[in-house]
Amino acid sequence: MSTRSAFSAAAVDKLLRLSALELPDAERPGVEADLRKIIDLIDALQAVDTSGVAPLAHPLAASQPLRADEATERVERDRYQSGAPAVRDGLYLVPRVLE
Amino acid sequence: MVVEGIATLTAARDALAAKAVSAAELARHHLRRIAADRTGSFITVCEERALAEAKAADAAIAEDGQRGLLGVPIAHKDVFCTEGVRTTCASKMLEDFVAPYDATVVAKLKAAGAVLLGKTNMDEFAMGSSTETSHFGATRNPWDLGRVPGGSSGGSAAAVAAGLTPGATGTDTGGSVRHPAAFCGISGLKPTYGRVSRFGLVAFASSLDQGGPMARSVADLRILLRHMEGHDSRDSTSAPMRPTGSSGADKPLTIGVPSEYFEDLDSGIAAPLEEAARTFARLGHRLRAIALPHTAFAVPAYYVVASAEASTNLARFDGVRYGHRAQGVDSMEALYRQSRGEGFGVEVKRRILTGTYALSVGYYDAYYRQAQRVRRLIRQDFLDAFAEVDAILTPVTPCVAFPLGSSEVEGDPTTLYKQDAFTVPASLSGLPALSIPCGATRHPLPVGLQLIGPHFGEDRLLALGEAFQRETDWHLRTPPAVAT
Repeated sequence: MSTRSAFSAAAVDKLLRLSALELPDAERPGVEADLRKIIDLIDALQAVDTSGVAPLAHPLAASQPLRADEATERVERDRYQSGAPAVRDGLYLVPRVLE
Repeated sequence: MVVEGIATLTAARDALAAKAVSAAELARHHLRRIAADRTGSFITVCEERALAEAKAADAAIAEDGQRGLLGVPIAHKDVFCTEGVRTTCASKMLEDFVAPYDATVVAKLKAAGAVLLGKTNMDEFAMGSSTETSHFGATRNPWDLGRVPGGSSGGSAAAVAAGLTPGATGTDTGGSVRHPAAFCGISGLKPTYGRVSRFGLVAFASSLDQGGPMARSVADLRILLRHMEGHDSRDSTSAPMRPTGSSGADKPLTIGVPSEYFEDLDSGIAAPLEEAARTFARLGHRLRAIALPHTAFAVPAYYVVASAEASTNLARFDGVRYGHRAQGVDSMEALYRQSRGEGFGVEVKRRILTGTYALSVGYYDAYYRQAQRVRRLIRQDFLDAFAEVDAILTPVTPCVAFPLGSSEVEGDPTTLYKQDAFTVPASLSGLPALSIPCGATRHPLPVGLQLIGPHFGEDRLLALGEAFQRETDWHLRTPPAVAT
């Protein structure tokens, strides 16, 4: 199965929207060409017969140890917000969403 | 005072214990070397803090003697969060970011008494194999300042090779400890996934990321690993494990040699590898040809899985909670898009877009699910091999350190991706893998070998590496450009 033909400049617009990324016009042709080469590279996966093989999401077959259900962390809002670009009264400032 | 003669972390620790040198002298020596550095290994140097920590270490040594890493200088890859010292991930996105807490690895090494010299350069968000994508400029290879140190932990590798620090932390997602260790002629270990806590390590690909030690010798790696590892309830994928021993057993093992890693291998890499195989045979180990048939599909599977996880992990950089924020925008969507567009470099954008593509409707099964299935086949190859052999010997890199800028001239990002061909299979499988120097070209540029072990088989790998380094002196050679 080849998916390469589905990849176009219009597809890049969609990917940029899904990725919430702005790309300067000057960078666009380069990134489009690079993505085609990367997709050529990953298309090699289509040659592998994986029928009957279950996907592997995690390299260890271990179960997660669970901790006791007790509150162990303190809320330190001011400290954790100290790296935020814009904060007032403990709230993150963003452009107006509702008129 | 004999600071100049102290080449390894073990020697530094022993000299401190024997009171032949003070922690303050060691710290000042390395800070002087960093000040004169021409490799660009560091993003941030913590001079005052290092001197204060060294002074405190000297007081503690005078009181109770040396223990752990008390007074030993180290550096952290700038992907580990350090409270009070900025953590940039070599990105404009985090140029001024100061984490409000320490990564578990940082806290553990601090508790062991190590003195933090600074934070080392890397490929932006650990994405790369050359340490050229850093927002702060490329790091240079101390063996030839016109060449790359490998990546993504290139700053840590170059710093150790150049004698700027006796040890450093790195992280390895697809080879980022092992690859630069090979290019710079030092030793590096990617532990088993789950051995070293990922808490406070800025995430790239969560099912692959693993912190590891980098130093001159394997004995040094063992010391660092023992202070880095351990189950951490703050990392949900941290594994319960038996701790690494203080010394390894020296017994005859069977070492597998997979033909797939040696096909069309550059003769400059193949010859030292063959010599290394003879050294292991001389040490009493048996070598056996094995097959790892899905090796060729590891690079495409890795670039799907790692990019998919990166596109998800890097969604947190939104210009709101931390990191770079675009100015003068009037909508939320514009704030996200412009903050990310301005904050991320081009390789990071390529990976986010690739991952988003592989996860998008219509492509998810063809790419992401298929890559996860291939991942299982690759891991099964190793599990089958480890039924017959105790460890696997391979090259680390397909070539020696290449000139700065050459990948850009090439104009094809996948050329650089293929640098990872020998390191990504162990990453996808969660296996521990050691990278140690085993030779040099005529230039001279270092050549590395890789030993891959079964899950939690670090003791065995370290013992093999220590035995190899008792027979050879490649790990003790110093780059000519930076000789003291």
